[in-house]
Amino acid sequence: MSEKIYIKPFLRLSGLEPLVVRPETNFVNVGERTNVTGSKKFARLIREGAYEQALSVARQQVESGAQIIDINMDDALLEGVSAMTTFLNLVQAEPDIARIPIMIDSSKFEIIEAGLKCVQGKCIVNSISMKEGEAKFIEQAIICKSYGASVIVMAFDEVGQADTKQRKVEICHRAYKILTEQVGYDPQEIIFDPNIFAIATGIEEHNNYAVDFIEATKEIKALMPLTKISGGVSNVSFSFRGNDHVREAIHSVFLFYAIKAGMDMGIVNAGQLVVYDEIEPTLRDLCEDVILNRKNDNNEATEKLILHAETVKAKGKVEVKDEKWRGEPVEKRLSHSLINGITEYIDSDTEEARQKYPKPLDVIEGPLMDGMNIVGDLFGAGKMFLPQVVKSARVMKKAVAILTPYIEQEKEDRKNAHLAAGTTNEEAAGAARILLATVKGDVHDIGKNIVGVVLGCNGYDIIDLGVMVATEKILDAAEKNKVDIIGLSGLITPSLDEMVHVAHEMKRRGMSQPLLIGGATTSRMHTAVKIAQQYDNGVIHVLDASRSVTVAGSLLNKDTKPGLLKGIKAEYDKLKEDFANKKTVKNYLPFAESQQNPAKISWDNFKPVAPSFTGTKVFNNYSLEEIAAYIDWQPFFIAWEMHGKFPQILSDPIIGKEATKLHNDAKELLDQIIAEKWLNARGAIGFWPAARTAPDTVTVRTETGNTNLEFLRQQIKKATGQPNLSLADFVDKDEDFIGAFAVTIEGIEEHIRRFEQNHDDYNKIILQALADRLAEAFAELLHKKTRQEYWGYATDEHLTNEQLIKEEYLGIRPAPGYPACPDHTEKYKLFDLLGGKEATGITLTETLAMYPASSVSGWYFAHPESKYFGVGKIEKDQVIDYASRKGMPLEAVERWLRPVLEYDV
Amino acid sequence: MKKNIREILKERILIIDGAMGTMIQRHKLQEEDYRGERFKDWHTDVKGNNDLLSITQPEIIIGIHKEYLDAGADIIETNTFSSTVIAQADYDMQSIAFEMNSASAKCARIAADEYTANNPSKPRFVAGAIGPLNKTLSLSPDVNNPGFRAVTFDEVAAAYIEQIKGLVEGGVDLLLIETIFDTLNAKAAIFAAKKYFRESGKPELPIMISGTITDASGRTLSGQTLEAFYVSVMHAKPLSIGLNCALGAAEMRPHIEELAQLCSCFTSAYPNAGLPNAFGEYDEQPHETAHIIEEWAANGWLNIVGGCCGTTPDHIRHIAEEVSKFAPRELPVVEAAL
Repeated sequence: MSEKIYIKPFLRLSGLEPLVVRPETNFVNVGERTNVTGSKKFARLIREGAYEQALSVARQQVESGAQIIDINMDDALLEGVSAMTTFLNLVQAEPDIARIPIMIDSSKFEIIEAGLKCVQGKCIVNSISMKEGEAKFIEQAIICKSYGASVIVMAFDEVGQADTKQRKVEICHRAYKILTEQVGYDPQEIIFDPNIFAIATGIEEHNNYAVDFIEATKEIKALMPLTKISGGVSNVSFSFRGNDHVREAIHSVFLFYAIKAGMDMGIVNAGQLVVYDEIEPTLRDLCEDVILNRKNDNNEATEKLILHAETVKAKGKVEVKDEKWRGEPVEKRLSHSLINGITEYIDSDTEEARQKYPKPLDVIEGPLMDGMNIVGDLFGAGKMFLPQVVKSARVMKKAVAILTPYIEQEKEDRKNAHLAAGTTNEEAAGAARILLATVKGDVHDIGKNIVGVVLGCNGYDIIDLGVMVATEKILDAAEKNKVDIIGLSGLITPSLDEMVHVAHEMKRRGMSQPLLIGGATTSRMHTAVKIAQQYDNGVIHVLDASRSVTVAGSLLNKDTKPGLLKGIKAEYDKLKEDFANKKTVKNYLPFAESQQNPAKISWDNFKPVAPSFTGTKVFNNYSLEEIAAYIDWQPFFIAWEMHGKFPQILSDPIIGKEATKLHNDAKELLDQIIAEKWLNARGAIGFWPAARTAPDTVTVRTETGNTNLEFLRQQIKKATGQPNLSLADFVDKDEDFIGAFAVTIEGIEEHIRRFEQNHDDYNKIILQALADRLAEAFAELLHKKTRQEYWGYATDEHLTNEQLIKEEYLGIRPAPGYPACPDHTEKYKLFDLLGGKEATGITLTETLAMYPASSVSGWYFAHPESKYFGVGKIEKDQVIDYASRKGMPLEAVERWLRPVLEYDV
Repeated sequence: MKKNIREILKERILIIDGAMGTMIQRHKLQEEDYRGERFKDWHTDVKGNNDLLSITQPEIIIGIHKEYLDAGADIIETNTFSSTVIAQADYDMQSIAFEMNSASAKCARIAADEYTANNPSKPRFVAGAIGPLNKTLSLSPDVNNPGFRAVTFDEVAAAYIEQIKGLVEGGVDLLLIETIFDTLNAKAAIFAAKKYFRESGKPELPIMISGTITDASGRTLSGQTLEAFYVSVMHAKPLSIGLNCALGAAEMRPHIEELAQLCSCFTSAYPNAGLPNAFGEYDEQPHETAHIIEEWAANGWLNIVGGCCGTTPDHIRHIAEEVSKFAPRELPVVEAAL
């Protein structure tokens, strides 16, 4: 008889060969270079379609000891799903790479699932979390499990990413219970990533991040011994980017403690880890202090490490700690102060320079800009660290503050001289004008402000429209002020589309100014492929503030402008062509076929509920107090770049204090708005008999006749059993009903003006954001009343405000121009049905934006299976059919639908 | 009341049947036999489409099942190795794939139930055979384009869901994902099974998994070692994991030994009747195959055993007799702590 066999609960993974993670396995290295977000080289290779070379990056990782490879294709310019699929399919054909297990890494679950469909071995999914709530988490975990993958669970919940030890442990434990009790995961298949954040950033709150991770690891392992701990190690040293020597030391010291605490695996550059013991003792001690947050009051340890990093970098050439530089000329001294972030002498040095140079502006343009350019170059090349740059900026600000009064005085003198001479005014004598704006939907303006300061310092007249500026407003202001250049900024990805829109509108209006594109989310490739083709009079991506000066200079010079634009155009055309050649074809159904696959709703058992009235009902001066109870505060905070669930955000350890302040200020203003009746809430709703008379057409019957509403249908090839949805699917072929609404908040303008006059941007933005929130809240309130009363199809609904926000109700209220019905022009019909401006108080601009800006409109669908979805991209056959249904010329329809067209017009 | 198969597996080594194709060959069927009355005007040749016979010649298929049951098989496999829309495309019979599965399941059901009724102390089980497909998800058919795939995961999963639905509705007791030479295809079959049971609300049937080590390299055709293969399919929480096809019992021995150590569930093995000779025929005699397998049983490696290509009811009878003397492999203890 054979002996009894015992099987241990190890984490078991596989590629072509197995990887069993045993207690004695030590630390498992996960190769990080096959990640487009972390490796510039890999990102470039994938973007260029150079998969052969990209494979060699993977191979090199395996050769230098990676036991798992992490693969990530999250890039705005990549079709993530197809890039992941292509790369993984190729990896499978390379036995020397496919030998080890794969970690499929994406923040988009569709990319993860696409990856899981390509790999025969047992993978790790990196990652899932509860950030979108438990239901989504469970759904994704079940899918991962059905492909047999282990999961990394990030310590991230509805409130946000866990930064303290306590939150890390709590979230991981909650996820553990769900995965083992509800999803059926074995504990050993669960890997936690309790978030490694950057330390030594100069921000005091960050100093304990490494300790929090290490301590949390210890506790998680004690609480859930079979689970594993992983993390992205290089994050921890992010503020030392460019100084690999110090980074490697930090990584080794960090891992030394984290592994002792129970960390099992980590994403590292497998070829680049130094041995803990081989780090020179001084550096190692400094790293230990920073990582363990010891002797670190007032960032003392951080500063010491930064200082030491400098000397290490200079390869042993120890910096002479003397004041020799004080003997240099003033230009050198200013530059030295800027680069080294020394504020000590900046006042006197700046004053000395002011007296030396003919004009105060010359000091900025000369020595100060020279110094900042060096800083920019060093940081751009990864040779300076984040905290140092922040210090440099502080020195620069101080210097500019000293010079500003003199510059203003000079301007004033010049203007008065003109006026006295009666020759001309400052405007005509002034420099070229540059308009700057952060595009609609984006509140980030630090980069734009820097560009404004730099260009302003270079003598240009800057018109800064601020943040969240709609296209119309930008272009109106540009025309009104006859600006010479328009500059757009944006940090978040949706801003990219907005910039495309601006360019598109500039062409439509026949404008002639060149358009500059900048901001963290922008890129030369995106500018070339998507923006430049919308506008013919010059679109240029400007990498940074210092570059903006030379570009603006060339553009404003009649001699150099044509050459520059020609050169840029040729360069962008080439980029566009290269990009097009890489694009792979997505799978779309013929339109007729997609119409054969509508939502599967069994209409036989469906009895439509008749609304309490048909026709319209108008509201004016609706109680703001009643509306205010329905405000969803979360988007309000998002508008202020504060992400997190409300009200938890108010007690967030990092931003809670500021969030509470903002919330209090907003509530105070809201009370005043309500008490003093600053704003007027008005709008209209309506219900009519309706029927689906064609697959994508809903005919509305009113007393004056019939109106055909035309909808668009998803055309992308779906998985088996998944419908190709159109909103028309939610209306019965026979006797049914449809509704519509439009609400607005009037009267904001005079208050905005008053705030502007007081230079009170803070309250101005609060007011704007509040008006938007009130309009949304009003829509929510009317939708609720519609469900319970006016239409009354859900009379027994009892939902909290939180449930309302989560859309846990029956029926939907999609808006024309939004994903489920992306055609803005259907708004004409909606407003006609509701009684136009007279009834709603809303006018439609020529681009079909609603004015006042704080307005919301949409259709009401009551069917219990109706749901929100995105139409996605559509093909020409559908557009042709749609145009003929609407009786519009194809070109006009294509113009309106441009963002959803799968093909190029 | 029929005993649960898990309980029986703890009591004795169960016997799975032998080759279906080998037995069909003995009938020397011609094109018109395959077509039967129903497909007499079918637009392509269908000779060789063995799975079609469950519809056109059910008596022959039931007869073969009975021969194996007579020989002592506890588990018989449905005649559905190629009953998927993907494999049936060779005969342009995609539309009949579902019916092949339910018809084949019924043939096996009739035979098994008759034998169970005659001897309730030896209940017989029907395993729905899920074959590997003629298109693979991990390998490119085009050597110059290694990233190319002839089929997608979704297509494979959809094909398997249809097959599983047919098998379940036809009344099988178990699902047997077999002759796996590309683990990703098997993962699609597992995915399909889980999805089918989850969405239909039907009670989940036990899944048996059987991979194929293709040659002396000790790896699957798609390149995995036995342990890597095992790790890749364990999420199915299968009733058994084992090996079949490609190798004769002699060549399969070391892999079965390894598997018996690795596997936390029951093991299965159904080798070919040796390696094929120059004419592609198998000539290992029943007592020869049985002799090798006897040693496996003696070593305590086996829970389920039978035959694949070239094996006959005689092979199964000899194997059944030899292994009946031995206790089955005891399930390992899966520990709860490291």
